[in-house]
Amino acid sequence: MSIFEKFKRGLTKTRDFMAAQFNRLAAGFGRFDDDMLDELEMTLIQADCGITASTESIEAIREHIRNTGDDSEPAVLGVLHETLSSMLTERKLTLERGTLTIYLMVGVNGTGKTTTSAKLAQRAKREQYRVMMAAADTFRAAAIDQLKVWGERTQTAVIAHEMGSDPAAVVFDAIQSAKARGTELLIVDTAGRLHTKKNLMEELAKIRRVIDREAPDAKIETLLVIDATTGQNGIIQARAFNESVPLTGIVITKLDGNAKGGVAIAVARETKLPIVLAGLGEGADDLQDFDRDLFLKAILPEA
Amino acid sequence: MALFENLSSRLGRIVDAMRGKSRVTEKDIKSMMREIRLALLEADVNYRVVKDLTDEISEKAKGADVLESLTPGQQVVKIVHESLIDILGTEEKLAVSPSGFTVFMLYGLQGTGKTTAAAKLGLYLKERGKRPMLVSVDVHRPAAQEQLRVLAEQAGVECYINPEEKSAAVIARQGLKRAKYMMCDTMIVDTAGRMTVDEELMRELKEVDAVVNPDERLLIVDAMIGQEAVAIAEAFDQQIGLDGFIMTKLDGDARGGAALSIRRMTGKPIKMVGTGEKLRDLEVFHPDRLASRILGMGDVLTLIEKASDAFDEKQAQKTVERLKANTFTMQDMLEQLEQLQGMGSMKEMISMIPGVGRRMGDIEVDERGLIRTRAIIQSMTVHERENPKVLNASRRRRIASGSGMTVQDVNRVVRQYDDMLKLMKQFGVLGGGKRKRRKRSPFGGFGF
Repeated sequence: MSIFEKFKRGLTKTRDFMAAQFNRLAAGFGRFDDDMLDELEMTLIQADCGITASTESIEAIREHIRNTGDDSEPAVLGVLHETLSSMLTERKLTLERGTLTIYLMVGVNGTGKTTTSAKLAQRAKREQYRVMMAAADTFRAAAIDQLKVWGERTQTAVIAHEMGSDPAAVVFDAIQSAKARGTELLIVDTAGRLHTKKNLMEELAKIRRVIDREAPDAKIETLLVIDATTGQNGIIQARAFNESVPLTGIVITKLDGNAKGGVAIAVARETKLPIVLAGLGEGADDLQDFDRDLFLKAILPEA
Repeated sequence: MALFENLSSRLGRIVDAMRGKSRVTEKDIKSMMREIRLALLEADVNYRVVKDLTDEISEKAKGADVLESLTPGQQVVKIVHESLIDILGTEEKLAVSPSGFTVFMLYGLQGTGKTTAAAKLGLYLKERGKRPMLVSVDVHRPAAQEQLRVLAEQAGVECYINPEEKSAAVIARQGLKRAKYMMCDTMIVDTAGRMTVDEELMRELKEVDAVVNPDERLLIVDAMIGQEAVAIAEAFDQQIGLDGFIMTKLDGDARGGAALSIRRMTGKPIKMVGTGEKLRDLEVFHPDRLASRILGMGDVLTLIEKASDAFDEKQAQKTVERLKANTFTMQDMLEQLEQLQGMGSMKEMISMIPGVGRRMGDIEVDERGLIRTRAIIQSMTVHERENPKVLNASRRRRIASGSGMTVQDVNRVVRQYDDMLKLMKQFGVLGGGKRKRRKRSPFGGFGF
């Protein structure tokens, strides 16, 4: 299956929904008047795109209609695609042979950090990189076991301490070990934490400090994992995490199935951070580099 | 919270614009409705629900003579708030089977907190005299069963798992047997989550359902979920049956509008809410609190609870003892300040107070005030802390230079101490001891 088909399959529901809305709106004359644009705005909001992104898109469309007088469906879709596209940025995660790259996986509870870590390990293994994982989620019961099972399945070394131990110490050990073994990718799986918990956010900042101190030459990617079913709170999450540990990218998980996926747009617009990965299914191969155009093609109906 | 405006400030803007007009028009009502719509959508309330609601509210607003009111904005907020409480319904108790053996089945999407909720529910029921058995039939997620076992151990609740077994239904049957053998009166079944509501998940759930025959099928919903919540709840309701739901992660700052949507669209009640990472953080659902939260109107009750969380019972007891003995010292004041800081940032706390949050805007609260006071007390000798009366001018000068503050600052702290002492005497804490309410007073001796 091509990557586009994966995006398409994952976002079928959203695309069908958008297409139905467009068809309904454009039925009749294929022209968009004020009321229809209001409806379109609500359609975007319903897809979890967020109020700001939705309002801005509609404003751009209105302006286009004012300037050109063209209120046909293709024109409206075109401007919408363009506006949403300008809100999204993508970036591919790259590894370098012979040097250490560290992925610090952060996010609220239950977004799929551990699973994503495992999939990333598998991906890098396949490309023949030397990979290691650090079980820095020492809080959730059996989180360490979960990562260890993944470690066995993907044949990746897992550095772990006891449950309840200091996660920063786990990271410290993992970095020493990674240096000694010439590891090229160290994936740090941290505990899920709500961004409103001050002490837990400080714990994350501490982990980051340890990484900076112990691996000053490593390339560090701090990746926020967001569940695609998240609503407007996603924006606040991204903001809060970015304040504690400067983020370098966003991972959107669970983009297949029930999610509308608009939160990707809402978060990208708000934080200006690139979306680096998209989880498009439960299989290991379903974690893909995020592709802005494929994503938009997959959610918007064809012009 | 500053990112999303609450409803009162949204409406406030419109009302401001209307000021000076001789009367409020239909058009004004219409723009108010638009603001309500946006506020609810920002809170992740489902679009269809929002539409129905605004229609209803619009009708009510017209009927309630909002147009003639001097504070139409507040009037409308009140109507919205009441409508939300109406929808959210009343507090509903968990089922107890007349057979003497009650079965709860928990299901939901991945990562919503099913396993944690199961353990919390176990502890909750245990503390209310039940004898629950936790059973994990999650044969998919690595170490999911182990997670439940560890949590059950922490909760001191019976637990049955079988990681070797590949069939959820088989584990369910074994768990049922075990629960009866162990003379348990309640069984809580934790099922596997899926990324999506698919056929395989439904088939497995149906099999487990047929084996355990639940008295309550509870959907676990993440408070952060967006517009898709209703579709998910409806899918489960149609295929498995739904008796109510538990909303998790309400300790974050998500507005939790999904609760409103699901309640409205499925008619099923919210039974419990998860409010923290500790096993004890599971509470009965309060409609009025959630209504305020959805509207971003602040949440005094949460504030109070947060205060009680940070509040160290033993420490407070000690303070009360000292107060009774008339020996409240600077040291006690310092300890109280430290507890106050333990509750989180002042700004966050203040934002929970209704009405205040919106006025605050982006004004910075001077968090350093507390730190300064601490520094000053810490620059005192033990003798001075125990006997503040000895603080003469020369001692105050020394303390000021020791803490990097001015003598005026030191005077201020001493005055604060005196005021607190006075207040406590007024409240009858000192010496008296007639009042019983002090047990849960979160601030101990503080005059809050």
